[in-house]
Amino acid sequence: MSSPLGRSLRRELLLAARRRGELANPLLFFIMVAALVPLGISPQASVLAELAPGMIWVMALLATLLSLEPLFAEDYRDGTLDQLLLAPEGMAFAVLGKMVAHWLVTGLPLTLITPLLATLLALPAAGWLPLLLSLLVGTLALSLIGAMGAALTVSLQRSGVLLTLIVMPLYVPVIIFGSATVQRAIEGFSWLAPLALLGSISVAALALCPLVVVGALRLTASD
Amino acid sequence: MLLPAAQSFPPLDRALLAFDGVTCERGSRTLFRGLSFELAGGAALQINGANGAGKTSLLRIAAGLLAPAQGRLLVHGEPVASDRYRYRSELLYLGHQSAVKGSLTALENLRYAIDSRHCFAPPALFSALAAVGLAGYEDLPCRTFSAGQRRRVALALLLLSDARLWLLDEPFTAIDRCGVAMIEQLMAGHLARGGAIVLTSHQPVSLAGLRSLDLTAGAADE
Repeated sequence: MSSPLGRSLRRELLLAARRRGELANPLLFFIMVAALVPLGISPQASVLAELAPGMIWVMALLATLLSLEPLFAEDYRDGTLDQLLLAPEGMAFAVLGKMVAHWLVTGLPLTLITPLLATLLALPAAGWLPLLLSLLVGTLALSLIGAMGAALTVSLQRSGVLLTLIVMPLYVPVIIFGSATVQRAIEGFSWLAPLALLGSISVAALALCPLVVVGALRLTASD
Repeated sequence: MLLPAAQSFPPLDRALLAFDGVTCERGSRTLFRGLSFELAGGAALQINGANGAGKTSLLRIAAGLLAPAQGRLLVHGEPVASDRYRYRSELLYLGHQSAVKGSLTALENLRYAIDSRHCFAPPALFSALAAVGLAGYEDLPCRTFSAGQRRRVALALLLLSDARLWLLDEPFTAIDRCGVAMIEQLMAGHLARGGAIVLTSHQPVSLAGLRSLDLTAGAADE
């Protein structure tokens, strides 16, 4: 793997492997909330089943949001960002590698432990496959869009609030189509249309977000 | 010798890097105004100035990280904007943050470089690390290193890179006395091959043919 994308991905995954504790944070948050919902709202399966699709999607979104802030912050502090900006082939692929690595260590694990949460929240069996598929596609969009917010706020001391404000409106379509996929499957309708829309959001984000991030980081460096 | 053979750079008919009336503004302050100089192959320039005089900004402008408020940058006599990619491939910029990751080992830091030009075979990396005095430390995570040792990891790139223009921001920070002598030797070798160096440093640098540029004069007319 000697393409800029492959190299960046390898480096980021290696860095991620060295701070596993930090990576467990969003996952633990995800599981904790799922465990608390039945206690706080109602342990009745019928009530939970109604809430589950939206609830799981909201939790996945918040868990991703938790993990965004450090995405570019460390690189900004230690000067890696400058080196990234000076790479002769341009930095779009290196940035894409960082984003995909972020998804591999947050979005993908979130998706993989969802069956556990679906059990906790008594999600009807018809919703399981659509939930997994929609999260698999949708969390990629969450990582990519979130990286834009992280790049725009990288030089700020307490970027968390601003990051949330920037990213939230962009997350709205993802969560609407994500939970609609599951909802429709439970109600017995075809759930391919919302899933396809979710997929198209992810593909668009994959194409456009790296460019926005490069622009944002370049602005930060020249400030 | 496992390091890439030190080849001479082809001769140049024009200045490698030239500043043409460059003005630098940070916020509402003008750090320097109308700065012009030329740097030929084999030449070295030391930027002097008080803290906050704009030494780092000058280097960042030279690297293309910062856009000058006025004036332009010429590389091989052409405006740099015309061929930014080629310029970047001739450039080695070491900022005063060393871009060394604490959670990676010294070897991994060099091995998984972000920059495609900085990809070298492990034997070359081992000998470069040995040359900067880090033999035996290759497999230790850099967060256990002292500031000077981290700096040395970054400086190992000077041995590996084939960039013609070195932009070094405070290369001697936290480096001990024999380290300084080693870096000076590396710089002398680079100049002899036809490379060029722009550096900032608060300590005197003993390098033959080193010119110096004082930014304090420009800062005065704020």
